[in-house]
Amino acid sequence: DVVTGVGINVNGRKYGLEVEPRTLLSDALRDGCGLTGTHVGCEHGVCGACTVLIEGRPVRSCLMLAVQADGQDVTTVEGLAGADGLNPLQEAFRAEHGLQCGFCTPGILVTLTAHLADHPDATEAELRHAVSGNLCRCTGYQNVIAAAVRAARSASAR
Amino acid sequence: MTTAADRTIVTAFEDNDGKPLGHGRMLRKEDPRFVRGRGRYVDDVQLPGMLHLAILRSPMAHARITSVDTSLAEAHPNVRLVVTGAMLAEKGLAWMPTLSNDVQAVLATDKVRFQGQEVAFVVAEDRYAARDALELIDVEYEPLDPVVDVRTALSPSAPVIRDDLEGKTDNHCFDWETGDAESTDAVFAKADVVVSEDIVYPRVHPAPMETCGAVADYDAVDGKLTLWSTTQAPHAHRTLYAIVAGLPEHKIRVIAPDIGGGFGNKVPIYPGYVCAIVGSLLTGKPVKWMEDRSENLISTGFARDYIMRGEIAATSDGRILGIRTNVLADHGAFNGTAAPVKYPAGFFGVFTGSYDIEAAYCKMTAVYTNKAPGGVAYACSFRITEAVYLVERIVDCLAYQLQMDPVELRMKNFIKPEQFPYETKTGWVYDSGDYAPTMRLAKELAGYDELRAEQAEKRKRGELMGIGVAFFTEAVGAGPRKDMDILGLGMADGCELRVHPTGKAVVRLSVQTQGQGHETTFAQIVAEEIGIPPQDIEVVHGDTDQTPFGLGTYGSRSTPVSGAAAALVARKVRDKARLIASAMLEVSVADLEWSKGVFHVAGDPSASVTIQDIAMRAHGAGDLPEGVEGGLEAQICYNPENLTYPHGAYICVVDIDPGTAKVKVRRFVAVDDCGTRINPMIIEGQVHGGLTDGVGMALMEMISFDEDGNCLSGSLMDYLIPTALEVPDWETGFTVTPSPHHPIGAKGVGESATVGSPPAVVNAVVDALKPFGIRHADMPLTPSRVWEAMKGRPTPPI
Repeated sequence: DVVTGVGINVNGRKYGLEVEPRTLLSDALRDGCGLTGTHVGCEHGVCGACTVLIEGRPVRSCLMLAVQADGQDVTTVEGLAGADGLNPLQEAFRAEHGLQCGFCTPGILVTLTAHLADHPDATEAELRHAVSGNLCRCTGYQNVIAAAVRAARSASAR
Repeated sequence: MTTAADRTIVTAFEDNDGKPLGHGRMLRKEDPRFVRGRGRYVDDVQLPGMLHLAILRSPMAHARITSVDTSLAEAHPNVRLVVTGAMLAEKGLAWMPTLSNDVQAVLATDKVRFQGQEVAFVVAEDRYAARDALELIDVEYEPLDPVVDVRTALSPSAPVIRDDLEGKTDNHCFDWETGDAESTDAVFAKADVVVSEDIVYPRVHPAPMETCGAVADYDAVDGKLTLWSTTQAPHAHRTLYAIVAGLPEHKIRVIAPDIGGGFGNKVPIYPGYVCAIVGSLLTGKPVKWMEDRSENLISTGFARDYIMRGEIAATSDGRILGIRTNVLADHGAFNGTAAPVKYPAGFFGVFTGSYDIEAAYCKMTAVYTNKAPGGVAYACSFRITEAVYLVERIVDCLAYQLQMDPVELRMKNFIKPEQFPYETKTGWVYDSGDYAPTMRLAKELAGYDELRAEQAEKRKRGELMGIGVAFFTEAVGAGPRKDMDILGLGMADGCELRVHPTGKAVVRLSVQTQGQGHETTFAQIVAEEIGIPPQDIEVVHGDTDQTPFGLGTYGSRSTPVSGAAAALVARKVRDKARLIASAMLEVSVADLEWSKGVFHVAGDPSASVTIQDIAMRAHGAGDLPEGVEGGLEAQICYNPENLTYPHGAYICVVDIDPGTAKVKVRRFVAVDDCGTRINPMIIEGQVHGGLTDGVGMALMEMISFDEDGNCLSGSLMDYLIPTALEVPDWETGFTVTPSPHHPIGAKGVGESATVGSPPAVVNAVVDALKPFGIRHADMPLTPSRVWEAMKGRPTPPI
């Protein structure tokens, strides 16, 4: 099989990977970079567990080829926490009990990171829309939304 | 209702400020790793030399296999192994026992019996190559007529699905009955009103976000198999692997790491796990199998699929006299139902619900069809979802017939608090309950009377608003070992507690969290009993080499069984600590008093030792009292004397768009009573999740088939799961009626909301459709089906 060299900047670090053209970005991140926080829940773009940021935009990494990410900046859940601990969004998820099994959590955190960056004053209804492309089987969403609201408020308070 | 106070974060447990009590709102220990992407789920496991396994599945529902040609797949440069059913048959591994004492094909040999059934597997260098090689396997099938409609499965002309079973000439799986037919018939004969309704609980799927998978690693040198797998019952799985594979049990280590949701989907042993083990045995390398979403939906354990004739008898003033039901159960091609051996229909016998009635009877027939096996899953508490749906729907049908308010009808018939423990007419002994206050609280939170007034106004204007009520009694915590076992394994649970010299502790559980927060709440239970702060207690679960034997997490049994074990093992350690404390303080044991981690001399609080002082003394130099061994630890195996019976009152408000028939759940009030509450924050999250399941089942979810047996719900494009937009802000409340037989008075709760919410939603939709003369409509109440209902009556969903 043809193997191509790609360079992907993930969470501020450059990874040089040998991938096939058909290798999904989700697999490249999980297996190639060893960043297993990005999860795969359906492989057809519905569940959103594989969501990562490409150049700051949320993207389904199961529906994107690794070669398409060549030279791009990718942010995964592992890139969210600061050196000194959890960021306010992560803290809010814990404080509001916005996760249970934790499998959808990375995709939701990444999705909300992008949304809150663009809409720091997002309302509860807007945040519900923002995560409507991320399925969760455990929480019933209410505490996810509560966490998003808490994070939005803590961001706008600064 | 959630109040601002409930949302206050209590951090006292985290900073060790001298408040070591356990029960209360404590943030989760699990979260820091999960929010960083540092959980460790099965597919995150990477081992040196690991290979990847993919399964070839049947495209047909029912067909004879005439030939399997694997030569091209074997020639693939990255393929290490190709295995067919015939090869497994030579090793005696082509069939495995199910949790219902039936057998299930690991790989099909003679024929395939459902679409998606396992036919062959490939082990290759990577996941992509393994999938490529599946395309190179050539299987010839001779199609057979499939049995899809369960109602025709027993007709004499129906093709026989299970011709592997000796002498089997039909598709009959089992018959089961409970209650008393004669007395029930007598009660029905004298009733003023009898209402009968056909009620279908369609086939749905738990669809956990993480699918099923495993990494098998057989080490030929020391003869040991290590299996990471998505299992809710690691110990039971280990024992079954020992029996199936013939490996000695002490040479099998099952590790359930972090699990991305289970919801009952991860109780059975699936062919994929067995294939991974076989793959590792044959290649000598670690082998990973991870199914995709489609495989999960079409081949792993479904839920429900009961067709129920519900009948209720009452007096004209609304006194319920009896309930009778006849059930046709679709079990798919193999009876893989996960249930205690003596309970082939699970705990469906609780279908008399929360009502004090004179007689009850159920007759059930279960049949084989050309569909995937399963039945018990998706937070059903062993078929209680079906039982509660039946009773709560048929009681609403009675209310419709009598033109009575559904709340009033329920209140009139509740089992009274003084009647507990209450033995139902089908033999279940409810432990405790005080139903009326729970119902009243739900009414109050919902503003029920105002809602009815609003509805009356809206009806005048032609708007479709519905109010649905459901009141349920659950039965969770299987179970007493004299009655309950899974393939001979009694349903008791072990627990071990070890206090280290410096006063930190480790507690080892036999149950397995899949997101329910056990690492947090079990530390709280032990903390409450032994006075060590919960943050100083590490909870270990899921590794059969490191934890005591027990039956795992399903049926909301963790708190009732393992939670009891955790409390009692802590008390056992405390008893030993008391002996050591008496020596340290030089007083008799009777002179000691215990308070939050401290023993002190009665009447002299200044003469005291902490549990930490005692732990050091237990491990330290110097003599211990006569007969006391060193160390500070204990173990226990807890055999519950009964189940726990939590209850709840749910009220749902829906609006239906008269133009599109789309149902919008506007409000949902859920009041739950699970006795003593260990961590209210976690209970609330469990309830939110279960209510979302209920809305999904009532309005969107269904596994359906065409007449050829093709599964039409094989992806998340078709199998619809609620998003944040389909569910409202949940309004929750609680009452507390402790379980008298449980050491801390706690009942299970995890499945209550999934059990209780579907009838509340359906009752609300049917209530909204009252102007159309509708007494019943079957789930899922999609816009098209509600539209049909508005035109008359929707067709049953099969």
